[in-house]
Amino acid sequence: MEFPIFMDNHSTTPVDPRVMEVMIPYFTKAFGNSASRNHSFGWEAEKAVDRARGQIAQLLHCQAKEIIFTSGATESNNLAIKGAAEMYHEKGNHIITVVTEHKAVLDSAKRLERDGFEVTYLPVESDGLVSLEAVKDAITDKTILISIMMANNEIGVIQPIAEIGVIAKEKGVLFHCDATQGVGKIPVDVQAMGVDLLSLSAHKIYGPKGIGALYVRKRNPRVRIAPLIDGGGHERGMRSGTLNIPGIVGLGEACEICEKEMTEEAARMKRMQQRLQSLIMEGLDEVYLNGHGEKRLPQNLNMSFAYVEGESLLMGLKEIALSSGSACTTASLEPSYVLRALGVGSDLAHSSLRFGLGRFNTDEEVDYVAKRVIETVIRLREMSPLYEMAKEGIDLKSVQWAEH
Amino acid sequence: MKTIYLDHIAATPLLPAAREAMLPYLAEIFGNPQSRHQRGRIPREAIQQAREEIAQLIHCEAREIIFTASGSEANNLAIKGVLASGQKKGRHIITSVIEHFSVAHPLKHLEHKGYDITWIPVDKTGRVRPEDVAAAISEETILVSIMHANNEIGTIQAIQEIAQITQEAGALFHTDAVATVGIIPFDVDELGVDLAGFSSQQFYGPKGVGALYVRRGTRLSPLVEGGIQEEGRRAGTENVAGIVGMGAAAKEAKNQVPIENTRLSRLRDGLIDGLLRRVSVLHVTGDRQNRLPNIASFAAEYVDGEALVRVLEKQGIIAASGSSCSADALKISPVLTAIGYSGNVAQGGILFSLGTQTCNDDIDAVLSIFPACVEEIRRVSPLYAMRIGGTTP
Repeated sequence: MEFPIFMDNHSTTPVDPRVMEVMIPYFTKAFGNSASRNHSFGWEAEKAVDRARGQIAQLLHCQAKEIIFTSGATESNNLAIKGAAEMYHEKGNHIITVVTEHKAVLDSAKRLERDGFEVTYLPVESDGLVSLEAVKDAITDKTILISIMMANNEIGVIQPIAEIGVIAKEKGVLFHCDATQGVGKIPVDVQAMGVDLLSLSAHKIYGPKGIGALYVRKRNPRVRIAPLIDGGGHERGMRSGTLNIPGIVGLGEACEICEKEMTEEAARMKRMQQRLQSLIMEGLDEVYLNGHGEKRLPQNLNMSFAYVEGESLLMGLKEIALSSGSACTTASLEPSYVLRALGVGSDLAHSSLRFGLGRFNTDEEVDYVAKRVIETVIRLREMSPLYEMAKEGIDLKSVQWAEH
Repeated sequence: MKTIYLDHIAATPLLPAAREAMLPYLAEIFGNPQSRHQRGRIPREAIQQAREEIAQLIHCEAREIIFTASGSEANNLAIKGVLASGQKKGRHIITSVIEHFSVAHPLKHLEHKGYDITWIPVDKTGRVRPEDVAAAISEETILVSIMHANNEIGTIQAIQEIAQITQEAGALFHTDAVATVGIIPFDVDELGVDLAGFSSQQFYGPKGVGALYVRRGTRLSPLVEGGIQEEGRRAGTENVAGIVGMGAAAKEAKNQVPIENTRLSRLRDGLIDGLLRRVSVLHVTGDRQNRLPNIASFAAEYVDGEALVRVLEKQGIIAASGSSCSADALKISPVLTAIGYSGNVAQGGILFSLGTQTCNDDIDAVLSIFPACVEEIRRVSPLYAMRIGGTTP
């Protein structure tokens, strides 16, 4: 076993060596600009870009032309939401999203609110799922866009995307899905799911950082979005800038590998996830699973360990790379807004850990992590007077705290 | 046949040192820089080091650098970010008619939205006259955006003077420095710029990464939001390998700029003078003195630039007919039109951009091959036949 053990695959993933291998030639040998229309260096770059577009399209079940390259899912989310809002603002000014979305979606929505849009932030149930009724009820004749993520980055719950797609289509509302955590892990079919715009990122699926894509539907309906980055008219005018050829090649390859290996890999992840969960549950009391038990990514496990600070727990597990919240917001010590939205109290929200299993994790690592988590929680609880009181049968809610 | 690559303005091969610096960040050092576990620390420090290397290249502070995914994004962020921040009130923006699309298109879009844009013309050499900027500027002016040097004709603008006029009027000054950072000396204070967009791949760094210099105290709204990266001014997981590569390329560029500047200028002048001597009705485009050291650009009469590029490639020479930055194959360059070339001459645009590997032999080869290539195309031109025959079409 190599240390540190990396079990934080929702924050990022290592580049698969097979992906790396296909990228390398495009740094130094085939270094052309795909927009150079008149010479072979440009054509070779363009060919590589076309191939990658095809590989991604295959994974999403769309046409290659419907893929717009971006620098990552955050940009894709910004582009989808702001771009659609700008393009369709004459049709209406109402947008629907969910409180547990990634900040890239929520902050884009907030920006639009400042620009005069109205945004409905739907709540989620205690299992993290959004109710279809709530989606349906929120739609008005002013609604132009619904943005709901496929799988949550913290708790891994998978939203009923296909059902939401049906609702959106019935009402003639565009449907954007942030599928950053879903693509490559679970089957995605933009046709079957009725998704009009879909964001993805390479570095969550063993591709390089700095590259992502946005699927933009071309037919039924033909979706148009205003660019965030305007210029030479690359990517059908929706995203200008010289293309990141090695990154694109890497994203394409990463998608192809996922497509080929997903079924087998998902089964393996599921086994490891269940093993990790049952080992921890057997070894400890007062552990709570956050998010729906079944409708979740096979890679994800999010648990709260009562009477233990998530941060202290991480300190005690220094040889394991884990996260106590979303990596994009960890600079703040606020409890996770996702867990709070599920109704998890701030104590339990503060005591959560996110396990993100990935392609390169082993059973041996799972066993080791479970063992170390159990040990560390027990050790920390031994130092916790609250845990002691609770064990003695004292209802902590009845405790009268003295004021100093 | 040896390939002579002279399209460095479109793309450069990655500097080997940059490649070496990047590879570990594509392999074992893969953490998310925002992660607080130890996998996040090394990438975070690597980004900081790259930021410092880039800051040294343009003589600013590390925290004044915002990483983006391209020079185009940097320019868009500068323009839209300044306007959205509302730091300065007003509806007026000044720019030139030969800006790159990543400046011109956002401004056209703003013009449709009701902003008042003054498009300053250029003279025959492609120079913006500072007095024209002074005449156009007013209290209403929020931003002046003039490119440092043009990527198609190589003309370097009088940025220092224009920036000073802008500062005196209380507006912000942005320059598209994609063609210059890493190629010629660039000092944000000496030039007096508030914002400067540039790209890694122009100076042998990787594609997919660029940066915006933002002078401390300048307010800027993000284009891409939803994360704390780049102090909230540009969200999204950092392209760690790309940033590290850009840093390594910047470090090399800082050392190489003075040397390469002299060397390339000599090669460039040899190419320009040599071709002008050898080929009839061939015009050098842009300013002969205030000129990028790596750009030799021409307009050839009775020639289609795109056809010429293809004929040249058959002889092993890779060149361009104009800017590669447009995805639409534009027949006529707006830049050549702006400096006064009419339709059929502007169609004969040919652009050689030199690079670190360009040597004397390459220039000699172009000098000997190019005239025959031009001749090959002109031979089938009825207009050229008339000219040779002494009739005016």
